Amino acid sequence: MTVASDPAVRTVDLREPSGWRRSKNRIMTVLMFAAFVIILIPLGFVLVTVVSKGASAISWQFLTNSTIPPNVMPLGIGGMGAAVVGTLEVTGFASLIAIPLGVLGAVYLNEYGGKGILARLVSFLSDVMTGVPSIVMGLFIYLIWVVHFGYSGLAGSFALACLMLPIVIRSSYEMLRLVPDSLREGSYALGATKARVTLTVVLPAAIGGIVSGALLAVARAAGETAPLLFTILTVESTNSNLFSGPNTALPAQIFVNAQSPYVGAQARAWGAALTLIAITFILMIVARLVTARFTRYTR
Amino acid sequence: MSAVKEADPATPAGSANALSRRRPLGDRGFQILALVAGLLVLIILALIAYTTAQQSTTWFTTAGFKGIFSVNWDEATNAFGAMGYLYGTVICSVIALIIGVPVSIGVALLLTEVVSVRWSRPIAYVIDLLAVVPSVVWGLWGIIVLAPWLQHIYLHIASGLKGIPVLDTLFGGPNVSGASFFTAGIILAIMVTPIITSLSREVIATVPAIDKEGAYALGATRWEMIRGAVWPHSQGGVTGAILVGLGRALGETIAVALVIGDSDEVTGHLFYSGSSIAATIALQFGEATGGEFRSALIGLGLFLFVLTIIVNLVARAIVERSARRARGA
Repeated sequence: MTVASDPAVRTVDLREPSGWRRSKNRIMTVLMFAAFVIILIPLGFVLVTVVSKGASAISWQFLTNSTIPPNVMPLGIGGMGAAVVGTLEVTGFASLIAIPLGVLGAVYLNEYGGKGILARLVSFLSDVMTGVPSIVMGLFIYLIWVVHFGYSGLAGSFALACLMLPIVIRSSYEMLRLVPDSLREGSYALGATKARVTLTVVLPAAIGGIVSGALLAVARAAGETAPLLFTILTVESTNSNLFSGPNTALPAQIFVNAQSPYVGAQARAWGAALTLIAITFILMIVARLVTARFTRYTR
Repeated sequence: MSAVKEADPATPAGSANALSRRRPLGDRGFQILALVAGLLVLIILALIAYTTAQQSTTWFTTAGFKGIFSVNWDEATNAFGAMGYLYGTVICSVIALIIGVPVSIGVALLLTEVVSVRWSRPIAYVIDLLAVVPSVVWGLWGIIVLAPWLQHIYLHIASGLKGIPVLDTLFGGPNVSGASFFTAGIILAIMVTPIITSLSREVIATVPAIDKEGAYALGATRWEMIRGAVWPHSQGGVTGAILVGLGRALGETIAVALVIGDSDEVTGHLFYSGSSIAATIALQFGEATGGEFRSALIGLGLFLFVLTIIVNLVARAIVERSARRARGA
């Protein structure tokens, strides 16, 4: 302050950058905000479209009627109940497979593997596996399961579980790493075995982050279409038996109906899209709440 | 060892010595269970590679190297050349990165360097929302809302650029369609932005405060600080993030299948319909009953698998190297 008021030193004022440097800084800041606005545009656009077009399609009948009508039929006949049931079944069972295995895999990486070559390899490959396209998972399950046992909801669950597994491993691993070693050492000092320490001390300490990571994986899997195309097919009526016979799911129905030129089919696609987005957003919000409520250790 | 201890009458079970040596069955069982779960990743990846390679050998042997990399894909004559689809996949992903990368890095810098924590959290939530919208919904919106609208714009651009040498071949032409490479590129850009943003943000957040403060102390503006302190430090990590985004774009199936227009054409015209590897598998697998047709589609899956694995391996290697360098330097 005193420097600025002294006329002798005014010529070398280091605090204020020159005009061009300042405007460059301002331009870049504006561009960064512009980047955010550019992201907001499609997001807002898609949400508004899905809500406005989907809301008119959704009714109790739409969500529960188990017969999906042929695509030439107008809206108001039949409903997407079969697809809602299929999505809940297939995604639910995939979660039952992938979440316990994923958490166990993370336990191996963090508690048992240490810095060994095998643990490093598994960690590295689980990272790589998150990048494997979902359609490849679908092809894979088609080749090892569907070819031998036929189309079923179970095959779809396997494909989604392959997709979720590396995501659950990564997120759980990050959470387990945050649990301080003093907790483990304290439990060992009381004479507990490693399994007991892991199950009763380490996992409960990290449970908030693990659950929210798992829910995000479920949300991602619920919206996947590609792995389901060759594993569950798309049928038009409810198949409550997960273990045999072709099934259907919301994303698969959206995909089929989006390709149809008929107004009724497109309206059903929008209705199904709103239902699907509602499911995934609810999962995400629950994940956020769990993170906020139960997270004990953060980076 | 434990058996010997047990047999020793001088050391009754339950003494301190026995406790330290013997591990209960449950403890060991749990360890084995965890190990198996960890190995599952290895097993699944190996099985994917093995089954797809085995099932696509028919295609590789009958088509030969030349056949595979030809542009002629016609199930009626049993000609399955994948080059056209490979081209479509690459071109759409490149468009996606050209649009998506500046936006992603801009938002990542905004979140870490410009806005306060109070604002960065809601902005990060919004980015996460973008990631949670299912790809089929992007495809549905892309084909029913975005594509007809873009078609008008494409037509205007195409008529405006008529006769201008390079631009006419890229953005011109009479067969301009709303469902095209470029539309697919735009949708992919929207879909890869959240992942590139969040990965870049993690990297940028690790830039030491002392570097930034040093830059400010030298009189740098915020942008100069970003150029001088943040960028050199996070360059590698951001490159890795871009490659992970590229992997996502290469493998994205359903959204692309809906908006790319499904045509076999290989053309420099970005506003023309085309197809990609993943979209072709999704759209044609149901009708592929013939041995070689199906084998060729599985071969495309293998291509995609290998391509994304390589991209992700390189991404990971770059991130690791730059992280090590950052720690060392």
